Amino acid sequence: MNRLRLWLLAVGGAGLAALLVAACLDLPGFGGRRHPYGDRAVQASLARHTANTISSVNFDQRAYDTLGEMSILFAAVLGCVVLLRQARDEHRDRPEPAEVARPVRRYALLVLPVALVTGLYVVAHGQLSPGGGFQGGVVAATALHLLYLGADYGALERVRPLGVYETSDAVAVCAYLVLGLASVLAGTAFLANTLLPYGTFNTLSSGGTVPLLNAAIGMEVASAVVVLLAHFLDQAVEIEEEQGS
Amino acid sequence: MHILPYLVAAYVFVTGCYGLATSRNLIHAVGCLAVCQSATYVLLLAVGYRDGATAPVFSDIAPGSRPVVDPVVQALTLTDIVVGATVTALLLALVLQIAKRHGTVDPDELRELRG
Repeated sequence: MNRLRLWLLAVGGAGLAALLVAACLDLPGFGGRRHPYGDRAVQASLARHTANTISSVNFDQRAYDTLGEMSILFAAVLGCVVLLRQARDEHRDRPEPAEVARPVRRYALLVLPVALVTGLYVVAHGQLSPGGGFQGGVVAATALHLLYLGADYGALERVRPLGVYETSDAVAVCAYLVLGLASVLAGTAFLANTLLPYGTFNTLSSGGTVPLLNAAIGMEVASAVVVLLAHFLDQAVEIEEEQGS
Repeated sequence: MHILPYLVAAYVFVTGCYGLATSRNLIHAVGCLAVCQSATYVLLLAVGYRDGATAPVFSDIAPGSRPVVDPVVQALTLTDIVVGATVTALLLALVLQIAKRHGTVDPDELRELRG
């Protein structure tokens, strides 16, 4: 049975590898000069005063796709919350205070504010420099969890009222939708970047609605990561199976 | 003009597939899926590369002064990473439930359905 499966895998894998190599041989050469979509995306981004072209692609030219991406994230978080809820045969134990080595504690508490501000900076400068809502949101959310390393789980739970983060996740998704609908009300297409003035190139307020959508995504990603990690950590730290069930 | 980066992407993808097919542990399988997915990052970024080009961010270079790599595939890669992370989280949550209900994470031992 197992040998047969391995043989089947070898045949299928060899076929797949051959097809992939054939496809690679037909692709345009690596590092070529011809990038028609890229050139047009750069033109469109510069026309709308967005210095970071990738943000312009994500939140202006393909803002509608980012809405889908955000919905995937939201749905996945919802799925995890449902899957990782406390079951009927489980109970919650209070997490015990843990001993933390002093250098770890000192370093974690020192880095926490720096990491948090870095995350917010990356979100705020998404339209100017590399980064944006997705990256900055993850940085800001992980910064909070330094408290778990530096102190203990109880301390993390005190600064992390889960309901607030779940609400802000939903509010951020709504904010994105409302921004999209606002452009419909203004008489253009859904999520079209024509609502706000484009501003001065390479300043914080440039890019029209890009910074706003960026902020909404940053808020959503940060809350989503906090909620996700909270449920996984709850499983590891707090939720215990009933004895003898 | 060479195609080595594309072949690297294909190699990473096939490696991930091999891991998925021979996996004896569901957490390991989720990791292998992440390897498969990272092949798509390599492929996308390789497709968008341009010789001698820099990042498509104009906060510190004047527009037009230097060639830039394709921003569209970079944005696609970002989407890819986000979707990959969410899928990984969801699958790990499923594995956690399987481990609790069935007491095993070996896919070969998960034969019968249980309520």
